[in-house]
Amino acid sequence: MSDTTIEMPQDEKVWGGGSRPLGSPYGKLMMWFFLISDALTFSGFLAAYGMIRFKESLTWPVAEDVFTHFPFLDGNHPLLYVALMTFILIMSSVTMVLAVHAGEHMNKKSVTLWMLLTIVGGLIFVGSQAWEWYHFIIGDKGAIELHDRTIVHVVNADGEAISFSQLVHGMEHGHASNHSDVFSKEEVFNAFKADNTLALQVPGKAGETLSRSEAISELATADVVQGANMQRNEYGHQQFANFFFFITGFHGFHVFSGVVFNFIVFYNIMLGTYERRGHYKMVEKVGLYWHFVDLVWVFVFTFFYLV
Amino acid sequence: MSDNNQGTGWIWKVFWILLIITTVEVVLGIIQPEALEVQVLGTRLLNSIFIILTLVKAFYIVSAFMHLGHERKNLKWMVYLPPLILIPYLVFILLTEGVALAG
Repeated sequence: MSDTTIEMPQDEKVWGGGSRPLGSPYGKLMMWFFLISDALTFSGFLAAYGMIRFKESLTWPVAEDVFTHFPFLDGNHPLLYVALMTFILIMSSVTMVLAVHAGEHMNKKSVTLWMLLTIVGGLIFVGSQAWEWYHFIIGDKGAIELHDRTIVHVVNADGEAISFSQLVHGMEHGHASNHSDVFSKEEVFNAFKADNTLALQVPGKAGETLSRSEAISELATADVVQGANMQRNEYGHQQFANFFFFITGFHGFHVFSGVVFNFIVFYNIMLGTYERRGHYKMVEKVGLYWHFVDLVWVFVFTFFYLV
Repeated sequence: MSDNNQGTGWIWKVFWILLIITTVEVVLGIIQPEALEVQVLGTRLLNSIFIILTLVKAFYIVSAFMHLGHERKNLKWMVYLPPLILIPYLVFILLTEGVALAG
């Protein structure tokens, strides 16, 4: 459709065609329709997550105790890594706006550069998410699962959670995180029984602690859990890991698709397709999708890591 | 930056706004100030602050980065209205249900 629309008088020939009430090209409108439906899909997921979280509010894991790793740093660093991921995604949104802007000025060299940087940002984000998943799946401190499927953590006299590694090898020789070491039921239970200062604690804000005698009798029917999968996870309620995998996975898949779209557009920019077409509207359309992915992450960040 | 076309200033302005809001969120999330632990409207005051800051960020992304602020009024309302009506409705119903299930 040409951009030189004939201005129609308000009261006549409205139904005769040629008027563009939304003032936007077809492809861009269809992208907006898709994004609205996708926004509602993500809201459905996040609202369902909210419902289960409200239902299990007393024992729901506290995010600061779960996502504590940062590459090349030991110890406890809640929120830092995910803040870095957020920064990367915002940054790649900025390079995308700059690509769209350069496209409006028909500056091929500039669009190519910004588009390339957007793709690099997207790949770093997907890679970061893989790293996050890896640590989530492999586990941190390990936990004990009671016969009624309640997850409990081993805590010392000060009420701080200690890892299986510290429990079995002693506080001096063990690591604060188990990494990939696997511990057997017998090792963990015997070490727990041997030290009278240790207790078992239910995760979550309430942080209920089992009495020593209660804990020892529960161990007869208990099991050890390390890491996370779709059946159970060491962090707490089963649904915690399921929602984490599903929502961040669905978002990650969006980012991955976005990188693929961006790459196809980038390839066409290099070939000069849009230069010949006379406009870079395609960059604007994939740009809308890319910003939407950033928008969803803003909400995932808040509801999984902050609140 | 290297791209010196006139008119990229607003992009960097929005970038700084998003970055500052995110930094504030992360700092609040790490120190968890005692003063914000009070219960307001059924949740911690801190949580309400996080949600408001998130909505501000969302507004800047949609309005500035997705350029919706400069579109025609018809298009703007077409995009804003369905989510603004349906999402709070869905969230209200499911969270109410969640509280009922817990009780």
